[in-house]
Amino acid sequence: MVTYWVSLLAISILLYVLLDGFDLGIGILFGLTRNEARRHAMWGAVAPIWDGNETWLVVTAVILWGAFPAVYAMLMSAFYLPLVVMLSALILRGVAFEFRYKAERMRWIWDFSFFGGSLVATFVQGMTVGALVEGLPITSGQYTGGDFGWFSPFAVLCGVGLCFGYTLLGACWLIRKCDGVVKAAAYRQVPYLSIGLLVFLIAVFSFALAENLQIMHRWIERPYLLFFPAIAALAAIVLAISVERHRDGLPFYMVALIFLSAFGTLAISFWPYMIPYVITVEEAAAPHSSLAFMFWGEGLFVYPLMLIYTVISYRVFRGKVRATPMH
Amino acid sequence: MDSAALFLSRIQFAFTISFHIIFPAFSIGLAAWLTVLEALHLRTGRSAYRVLFDFWLKIFGVAFGMGVVSGIVMAFQLGMNWSVLSRMSGPIQGPLLSYETFTAFMLEATFFGVLIFGRPRVPPWFYLFSTAMVALGTTFSAFWIMVNNSWMQAPVGYVVEKGIFVPNDWTAINFSPVVWVRFPHMLLAAYLTGAFCVAATGAWYLLRGRFMAEAKIMLRMGLCLAALLMPIQLFIGHLAGDYVHDRQPEKFAAIEGRWHDEQPASEVLVAIPDEASASNKYAISIPVLGSLIGSMSFDSKEVGLTSFPRQDWPPVLIPFFTFRIMVGCGLIMLALAFIGSYLSLTRRIGRYRLFLWATFLSFPLPFIATWTGWFTAEVGRQPWAVYGLLRTADAMTPLLTAEAAVISLVIFAIVYTFIFSFGIFYIYRLMRTGLVRPMVTPASAAVPNRPLSLAGEDARLLAEAGE
Repeated sequence: MVTYWVSLLAISILLYVLLDGFDLGIGILFGLTRNEARRHAMWGAVAPIWDGNETWLVVTAVILWGAFPAVYAMLMSAFYLPLVVMLSALILRGVAFEFRYKAERMRWIWDFSFFGGSLVATFVQGMTVGALVEGLPITSGQYTGGDFGWFSPFAVLCGVGLCFGYTLLGACWLIRKCDGVVKAAAYRQVPYLSIGLLVFLIAVFSFALAENLQIMHRWIERPYLLFFPAIAALAAIVLAISVERHRDGLPFYMVALIFLSAFGTLAISFWPYMIPYVITVEEAAAPHSSLAFMFWGEGLFVYPLMLIYTVISYRVFRGKVRATPMH
Repeated sequence: MDSAALFLSRIQFAFTISFHIIFPAFSIGLAAWLTVLEALHLRTGRSAYRVLFDFWLKIFGVAFGMGVVSGIVMAFQLGMNWSVLSRMSGPIQGPLLSYETFTAFMLEATFFGVLIFGRPRVPPWFYLFSTAMVALGTTFSAFWIMVNNSWMQAPVGYVVEKGIFVPNDWTAINFSPVVWVRFPHMLLAAYLTGAFCVAATGAWYLLRGRFMAEAKIMLRMGLCLAALLMPIQLFIGHLAGDYVHDRQPEKFAAIEGRWHDEQPASEVLVAIPDEASASNKYAISIPVLGSLIGSMSFDSKEVGLTSFPRQDWPPVLIPFFTFRIMVGCGLIMLALAFIGSYLSLTRRIGRYRLFLWATFLSFPLPFIATWTGWFTAEVGRQPWAVYGLLRTADAMTPLLTAEAAVISLVIFAIVYTFIFSFGIFYIYRLMRTGLVRPMVTPASAAVPNRPLSLAGEDARLLAEAGE
């Protein structure tokens, strides 16, 4: 039962990262251009699906609370201020989708809130993961770090890194979904973003070595972990080739694969801990009666339906976005 | 524990949840209203129902979207400010709220897309079915929220193990009699909210001489439904009072403004309760009525607050007044609904401009009643977060600082005010533009995931995106 819920949690987080990842990334790219035609096409590439993508965040939060209440309580209270900022960013960004084409003189506000909201939300998510990897000040099940206990250069580094990561994912989505100038621009951006991401990964790795982070010992204990970086490297090579040869469909999947292997690396180096060295999955799990109650309804039936529904909604919107002018 | 942080966390929770409840209260009722309209259209073929459907669907979209956006915060806030509560009661509240997300999300998100963009693509019966499914989804959502809150009001089906509440009887939790009184109470409140908003819109158009035929349908349907539901609501409200009387006697005493045990008890109609002296100032009360309301007898003994330890008293002023405001709103709505239904069924309603004004101006009443009802329930539960088991002061994140709480409160206040202003402005603009006949069908792309998207020109963008 615990394994089942940990798997669903992992799938939900991964889905959130991949799906909302690309639309947050497009939000960041959106801020990097002033060209209205390009902006319009970018908008069209995410408008129909962003809402469903973001719902996976709520799904993640409630699974965490229902199945692992101790971890939910610790994480939410530890990342108090970052979460406030992230939620506000997501709200403003979500509202921007609704108001951009209703506003005339005010449009710049919604453009800014779309870009700013995306950037801030991404940065906070990356920083949170960084802080988790580095280790949170938690004593006897209680977060004791104060308002800024999560803050560290390493966490900031991870925040910046995720901005590169999501933006790369976003650029690859644009390559998949768009044509013309937008696609051409995305193709130009991909190499820079990839190099940015690579530099970041090297920085994180050397930082972790230099700081002698506890989590690094995992790599020595578990050499099979190297499997994931190998996959990522392979994906990076295919990415480079597919960008070189302009295979529109491939780059997105390759970046997704890189994300998948990064996620796998993290998950396995955390295991069996849920928050490294603080609480294990078993310790965090809710009592059997709670897990069973969730399992027999939503776990067994509703969750698979949600997956099917997500697939269907992506099928409805398959194919390229036509870059027709709005007004 | 920082008492300023506690105070600020409570304010923040009250603020964000009060903001949030407006939209579900409105959209649950509207979803049901849309289902009725669609069914009527299918049955009678009258185009007026279709025109009304298309109009209210746009407004529903905005309200629904605002509800979604403000609901995301709720999923996080319990852990952020109330980590002790979420850890201790997580095994019970977590699964309940996850059911809420899963079931409501499934139905609403899936079928909402059909509602907005699916009409040209699906057969009429399926379109009606989709409308009903959205209504069902919003109802599920309300159900799980009420189960969750009722558990906090009257905890059942648990054992305490290692300092956490472990569920041992889900049937008791889901089918607690408290749930089955409070869930209908909330559902009816939402239907009445929808009914009065519809009627008020009809009155507004009638006063301005626009869309007369549809306006009369709105008035008649809204007011007649309210006339039907309002008495039931008062009765169920009374049952809700009974559970408070039996299970939360301190709250009951605070609502009644009863400081000392009385036999037979009088009923305080109006007064200014004074906690310091444990007495009422300027009280107008009716003898014996208190016993009648509390226990349905002429000589029962009713408990006063001074029979309870001082540290278990809820604040008296807020539940005392909010309860009376709620009941007051209910009675005004009852009167409007009865008079209006009579005038409307005798086809004279267009002539009574004063009544139309009253109906138009009545649209805030159901919202006020919903708010004050919740204030009564929630403030009256204090000082407990989980009644009788966990105090609010102990439920808070232990090391939360006042600075962090101030920052979050200010940020949420600014962001919510900002988006609320635009949302309201947008609904107002939709209302001012009014009904569109003959209706224009939105472009034919199914957009399953976007609550707010139908409400404007960007529907075109979506259509293009979908090929």
